[in-house]
Amino acid sequence: MEYILLIISAILVNNVVLAQFLGICPFLGVSNKVGTALGMAGAVTFVIVLATMATYLIYTYVLLPLGIGFMQTITFILVIAALVQMVEIILKKISQGLYQALGIFLPLITTNCAVLGVAILVIQKEYNLITGVIYGGATALGFGLALIILAGIREQLELADIPKGMQGVPISLITAGILALAFMGFAGLV
Amino acid sequence: MNQMKNFTKGFLKENPILVLVLGTCPTLATTSSALNGLGMGLATTFVLIGSNVFIALLKNVIPDKVRIPAFIIVIATFVTIVDLVMQAYVPSLYATLGIFIPLIVVNCIVLGRAEAYASKNSVWSSFVDGTGMGLGFTGALGVLGAVREVLGSGSIMGYKFIEGDGILVFILAPGAFIALGYLIAVTNRINKA
Repeated sequence: MEYILLIISAILVNNVVLAQFLGICPFLGVSNKVGTALGMAGAVTFVIVLATMATYLIYTYVLLPLGIGFMQTITFILVIAALVQMVEIILKKISQGLYQALGIFLPLITTNCAVLGVAILVIQKEYNLITGVIYGGATALGFGLALIILAGIREQLELADIPKGMQGVPISLITAGILALAFMGFAGLV
Repeated sequence: MNQMKNFTKGFLKENPILVLVLGTCPTLATTSSALNGLGMGLATTFVLIGSNVFIALLKNVIPDKVRIPAFIIVIATFVTIVDLVMQAYVPSLYATLGIFIPLIVVNCIVLGRAEAYASKNSVWSSFVDGTGMGLGFTGALGVLGAVREVLGSGSIMGYKFIEGDGILVFILAPGAFIALGYLIAVTNRINKA
């Protein structure tokens, strides 16, 4: 039950993009088409779950015993960068199909602040490994949900007659704002 | 390039937030009031200047193939410095900005300037570039913070000028997206005129 609440809260109530403002760059960057949004969502989920696990283990078993918790930021970003690179190489070797689908999004994920953000939040909130991984996965699903909804809306927006200055980023941001307003309706759920 | 032009390009013509639309996460998250926005802006400016100068100094030493990881380590070092200093001297601001201080590491502006500018130019030009870009970032954050504070809580820099609440939605998440959207639209208009 506790886990279900955690999942609902991470996907809908505290949506990573619309309520916590993490991962806005890819949110605006790759939300033109539903297809690309799906690919990005898949890749991010994959990396967030792996990264949460890796950073948690490194923090608990390496940084803490050595008393160098302040190295957290540097270590985590290196771990994430290395992990992304590794995932890319492994995918290329074992599954061409998946690599074709996720490949181009992988390098972009290193600078997706949702990945580093979730890793740091898991440490800050003092979750254990299982809760942390579930939280990471649910957060990533929330990211995917927001991304795909926005992509769907933007595909329709291309047909609309938008004033010149508002085209592109401004209208996407305002759409995202209205989406965030809708997501605030979930606030009482958990 | 003329240093003055180099310095001011970040203010409007190449403003990192309003024109290049980089680093949107901290922009949206920390601008619920003008002071928070300015605090975040200055923290980022420090990291930007530090990493720009350092990378310009080291540009001949860092092998080309591993330059991105090397840049990230330099940036992460400065972020850790800011993180610890703010924790010690401005604990209340540190608590409000929270997770977005360590997240300066993945702010695209910092890595973007390192890759696009500091790795190709002299130390002094990189310093000027970092300062200008940082101030442009801080300015945009301050303006966005001020707009949201005035509309959302009816105050400016913490001084209240109306009774009761403002339009609350502007200090909440949706207001951040909407305010930034309009701010970018206005900048587009000014830059094209």
